[in-house]
Amino acid sequence: MRWLLVKDLQILRRSPLVTALLVIYPIVIAVLIGFALSRGPSDPRVAFLNEIPDNEEFSLGEADLDKDTAKSRLCERVDCVDVETRAEAERMVRDGEVLAALIVPEDLIDKLRSLTSLNPEQPTVEVLVNEDDPLKAQLVDDRIQALITEANLIVSQQVSEQASVYLDALIKGGTFEIPLVGDTIEILGLERTADVLEALRPALPKELQPQLDEVTRFARLAEENLDVALPLLGAVAQPIEVDKQVVNAGAPSLDSFAIAVAATVTLMFVTVLLVAGALALEREENAFPRLTRNLLSRNALLAEKVLLGIGVSLIVTLVMLAGLELFVSLDWSRAALWIPAIVGGGAAFAAFGAAIGAAAREVRASSLIAFMVSLPIAFLSLVPSGTVSGFAYDAIQVVAAIFPFDAALRAFEGALESGGPSIWAALGHLAVLVVAYFALARLALRRFAA
Amino acid sequence: MPGTDSEIAIEARGVAKAFDGRAALRGVSFAARRGELLAVIGPNGAGKTTLLSILAGQLAPDAGEITRPPGEIGWVPQRAGLYRRLTVCENLRLFAHLEGIPDPDATVERMLELTALSQRRDDQVAVLSGGNQQRVNIAIGLIAQPAVLLLDEPSAGLDPRQRERVWEFVGAMAGEGTTVIFSSHNIQEAERYGQRMLVLADGEVLLDGTAEQLHAQAPEAGYRDFEEAFVAFLRERGHG
Repeated sequence: MRWLLVKDLQILRRSPLVTALLVIYPIVIAVLIGFALSRGPSDPRVAFLNEIPDNEEFSLGEADLDKDTAKSRLCERVDCVDVETRAEAERMVRDGEVLAALIVPEDLIDKLRSLTSLNPEQPTVEVLVNEDDPLKAQLVDDRIQALITEANLIVSQQVSEQASVYLDALIKGGTFEIPLVGDTIEILGLERTADVLEALRPALPKELQPQLDEVTRFARLAEENLDVALPLLGAVAQPIEVDKQVVNAGAPSLDSFAIAVAATVTLMFVTVLLVAGALALEREENAFPRLTRNLLSRNALLAEKVLLGIGVSLIVTLVMLAGLELFVSLDWSRAALWIPAIVGGGAAFAAFGAAIGAAAREVRASSLIAFMVSLPIAFLSLVPSGTVSGFAYDAIQVVAAIFPFDAALRAFEGALESGGPSIWAALGHLAVLVVAYFALARLALRRFAA
Repeated sequence: MPGTDSEIAIEARGVAKAFDGRAALRGVSFAARRGELLAVIGPNGAGKTTLLSILAGQLAPDAGEITRPPGEIGWVPQRAGLYRRLTVCENLRLFAHLEGIPDPDATVERMLELTALSQRRDDQVAVLSGGNQQRVNIAIGLIAQPAVLLLDEPSAGLDPRQRERVWEFVGAMAGEGTTVIFSSHNIQEAERYGQRMLVLADGEVLLDGTAEQLHAQAPEAGYRDFEEAFVAFLRERGHG
């Protein structure tokens, strides 16, 4: 078997394209994932046309809103690109230079002011979008919706706070500045109204006292109920508060998950394609009958291919992880766990590749089948729970369990971070898959020489 | 020269084989002596390759028995079983190691000398001519120094000069005492190089004898060549 391994490595050395792929693939994956992890997500670019006049200003309680404040508030979550005209905004959206354009009309502040008057008008901002593909449309909708929701929340909080100030003045009384008009007035307040009425009571004729009592009782009742209204206004400003509690803490960090996905994808493609191709090559070269006639058993031939896959996957995946170290910090103290994860994943992918190679019987066909089967399985295995219907997710779980990707991914997650899933359970799963695919490959070899 | 009856190298008795219910061999019996060159001839689908595969141990017969010599049987399939990206030397060394030969390097040198491929030892098999590839193919079949060498259509696809080289090489093997059983549908070649011939048609042995015996059993005399006599022989037995 040793000499067959040497032979396969010699053939690999003489296949520059395959060797280049084996070297370049993990490096490219490492660089891509590394860049993605180290740069983080960038804010979407949005054209911003601010039509609010320079001198326009609006005060709502303690908060002032002018042209610059409006822009800084709205541009907190997006990368705003200033434009001078509506035509320029439309052109940038149409040409794909920006994801959307946000147009703040000149009457925005007037309409915001009207919210605190007796004739409120709905303030409106205009959004131009280019929904030339459904994914982009979804992204734009989500971002704009989040932006507007946040702006509404800010305004409603300010309105609620201002309303609280009015109510407080109504209850406790004192000096008060009339909004928009600016005049200062003295307000008696419900508390003091009741006190004044109670103080007046002894001076009134007895027949008038019951009527005065009614007014006093009303003043007290109004004071108490409006006190209750104050916290209610705060609740209206942010009716639902999120209290997040993690019920399943088996998930690793996003960085570890991304590294595990990168390592598993690399391991999958390199190992499956290599082993499927190497086994199919034995038939294409017509060496299979010669080898299995009396030189070695079919089991030994399959075992040699699986060993080849494990060896190459070990080297390639370690190179990829070392490349990732340039961008993200890996926990090298857990390196001892990486080896069983790579070997377990490599063995399962190699056995899977052997089954494909034995069934396909030709190098090109085996490569095609390996791609066609592996890629959708990898995508399916990455579908998170709750994003599809319960039945579909159960079906995906079953399919994912039959193929090595999901178990290999869990093994990597467990190996990379202590917060990940159990590596040993994943390795047990992979061991079962190795046996199953080895048996399938052995079965497929029956018609291999035909 | 072929050995005597007491020196039978390989023998088949009543060998039968069917694929999907279709009989490929029907009770084939024959024996080959040490150093004999036996040609297995017949039309396409006669069962030649099946017979050689069973003799080589590659296929198991449904019925019948094979008596093989102790040790290795060399088997050279019709399509060369070689690694085209390896050099001649690497191919020979690989199979020498797999055969468990005690001194692989010396064996490789001997095979290179025997096949006159020493000059091409470091060439990848892919760049060799068909004739040279076939010589490497045969050399691998001989690497364990088998008592019996089975060749399936050894000259198929080769030009006349390449064929000549291969037959020189095979003749030399037989001269050294190796029993050579080869299949061919090139009747002239079988007549020229085979000391004896086994004529198969539809899985049955129609003749086990020499070219002269086949001529004698042909329905009329005066054929232009052996091929015409062979075709007439088959036609008379209902295999036209």
